[in-house]
Amino acid sequence: MNNRKSVGLFVSMAFGAALAGASVAHAATLSISCGAVGQEFEFCKTGTEAWAKKTGNEVKLISTPNSATERLALYQQLLAAGAADVDVFQIDVVWPGTLANHLTDLTPYAKDAVKEHFPAIIKNNTVDGKLVAMPWFTDAGLLYYRKDLLAKHGAQPPQTWQELAETAKKIQDAERAAGNDKMWGFVWQGRAYEGLTCNALEWVASYNGGTVVDESGKITINNPQAVAAINNAAGWVKTISPEGVLNYTEEESRGVFQSGNAAFMRNWPYAWPLAQGPESAIKDKVGVSALPKGGADGRSAATLGGWQLAVSKYSKNQELAADLVMYLTSAEEQKRRAVKGAYNPTIESLYKDQEILAAAPFMGELYDTFVNAVARPSTVTGANYNQASNQFWNAVHGVLSGRAKADASLAQLEASLKRMSRGGKW
Amino acid sequence: MATAEAEIAERAAGAAGTAIQPQKSQLTRSRVRAAWLFLTPMLILLVMVAGWPLFRTIWFSFTNANLSDLGSARFVGFENYLAYNDGEWYGVLADGEWWNAVWNTLKFSVISVALETILGLIVALVLNASFPGRSLVRAAVLIPWAIPTIVSAKMWGWMMHDQFGILNHMLMGLGLISAPLAWTASPDLAMTAVILVDVWKTTPFMALLILAALQMLPTDCYEAARVDGIHPVRVFFKVTLPLIQPALMVAVIFRLLDALRIFDLIYVLTSNSKDTMSMSVYARQQLVDFQAVGYGSAASTLLFFTVALCVVLYITFGRVRFDGGR
Repeated sequence: MNNRKSVGLFVSMAFGAALAGASVAHAATLSISCGAVGQEFEFCKTGTEAWAKKTGNEVKLISTPNSATERLALYQQLLAAGAADVDVFQIDVVWPGTLANHLTDLTPYAKDAVKEHFPAIIKNNTVDGKLVAMPWFTDAGLLYYRKDLLAKHGAQPPQTWQELAETAKKIQDAERAAGNDKMWGFVWQGRAYEGLTCNALEWVASYNGGTVVDESGKITINNPQAVAAINNAAGWVKTISPEGVLNYTEEESRGVFQSGNAAFMRNWPYAWPLAQGPESAIKDKVGVSALPKGGADGRSAATLGGWQLAVSKYSKNQELAADLVMYLTSAEEQKRRAVKGAYNPTIESLYKDQEILAAAPFMGELYDTFVNAVARPSTVTGANYNQASNQFWNAVHGVLSGRAKADASLAQLEASLKRMSRGGKW
Repeated sequence: MATAEAEIAERAAGAAGTAIQPQKSQLTRSRVRAAWLFLTPMLILLVMVAGWPLFRTIWFSFTNANLSDLGSARFVGFENYLAYNDGEWYGVLADGEWWNAVWNTLKFSVISVALETILGLIVALVLNASFPGRSLVRAAVLIPWAIPTIVSAKMWGWMMHDQFGILNHMLMGLGLISAPLAWTASPDLAMTAVILVDVWKTTPFMALLILAALQMLPTDCYEAARVDGIHPVRVFFKVTLPLIQPALMVAVIFRLLDALRIFDLIYVLTSNSKDTMSMSVYARQQLVDFQAVGYGSAASTLLFFTVALCVVLYITFGRVRFDGGR
């Protein structure tokens, strides 16, 4: 690699001497890593192609694993090796702290664009004063339901998890009796991966059980509300949710829901245009609402998700890569993605855009859900976030699969998080 | 006393050296030189691709290296293995998850290798009999072994899917189960699923090695047995099995080495789930997911020594010899 670098350096020096000060503006080829969940890859392709056409460069797309956990592992290996193969990375809202060392400061390129985006996300993406990533789209957990089935069985969209379980059971039993033996009540993401942390955080927060670790770094997970929340969820497995949900990611749950085999689904906004698409078995039969509350005193809580674009420090085309990032995160491109793909903009003013609201009505109706979404404790736990999250999802997975009791499991989780953080000091 | 002993040993060695050396002919010496000449490139390659990474991993296991910044690693002694701090034990050896992974790996290795050996033996005996189309069947049996593990694991993952998997569909069609099973998700079934796929994949390998041994057997023993009218089952246990035993033992050790470091199949089928986590999956999680290169290297080093220990135990108690003699 060093050899290649020095050859490259030599070549560019020779070029520099030949051109003697003339600005070098020949076309370059950039690589961007895009997610491939749902229509993500298509949208990334059309967006980057538009930029490529405009600037006369070329962009290569690299597809990555669907599971966020596996994607992070891949990025870490690439970046730790200092690989220049990928110029622009699509990174999760919880990764800036972990990857900051390998990313370029985008402040000089972003300039005023920063002010248009939600301040909370910009703050999340700023590590030690460096803006390491630009917000691309934001996410929050939503409850999808089958309007037709709810109307058929005389039910309303549920306000609490208890109502959801009752309605789901009622619909599931009635539909099975009517001959659809594949019918399930509720599907979600229960595999032992980052998605389970998102789901479980919603349950716990909706019961007012905190966010595992609070903003000061104190470990708060071992409390009666959290135990109640997780016990409640464990009760769904094998009753209203198939046991296989313990190995589902987003796409598996969408597969079951979109084939018409579930009454409710917890998922991100990306599932909306797909469920409404021409090939969908449930077109025009889907409603979206905020997630249920944890009991009468609870609140509706959605985990804050969303993806950012970052430029690798090892990229050989820093400026071009940053330009691509600024183009993809611009208001114009975010609007296109919102109208056609229901990707939530990170630019506040777009939530008043009539075209967007017409294409994805829930963005206006659930504006509060998106703005008040519960953040995972990635800022306070810093580089330890992935490990802490891993402990959390494993503890929850143990309870869901019936191997452990919630109270014992959370007490153990508290102890191991304390060990990891040396008493909450992280 | 010790020095005196060493001196005697040295003198003996010296005497032996001078006694033997003149007896070596010109030809032997040039053959030894040629052997070294041919071996050197391979030895250099081995040191580069196997020795250096191994040494580096062992070195990292004594540091607090982090994946995001490998340069700033600091020596910490045995802290990654076991350390006592403020009334609590830390390190890989004090981690319950590590021991869970060790237990999973041993369970997986013993059960899957045992099943593969028995099934491989049966398949090999069948393929050893002469019947029309034998060579075609021999080739066909090898297919599972020829498919890359990632592909077969993903394929089985879909076949075992709880909602649209063909395995559940078939079992329900036959009336063996009443409700679909969550093969890879249920904690009781996940390990069974992993073992099932591994047995499917590696039985052909065992069958092939055993078949090779069967083909080498002398026919006169069997003729004698037939003349004496001995029951075939008795012939199998008294003649065939003892004769193929050395090859069988070597085949088992190959598989055991492979099974103890199982990673790809488990990672693709069930990800980082605790129910099936092997030692390699644990080490990878620490190294990559948690960026703890020091701690993960300690786990990798322990994995290396565990595998070495298992092999040494096996060779000692199984009295395996690689020189072909019995």
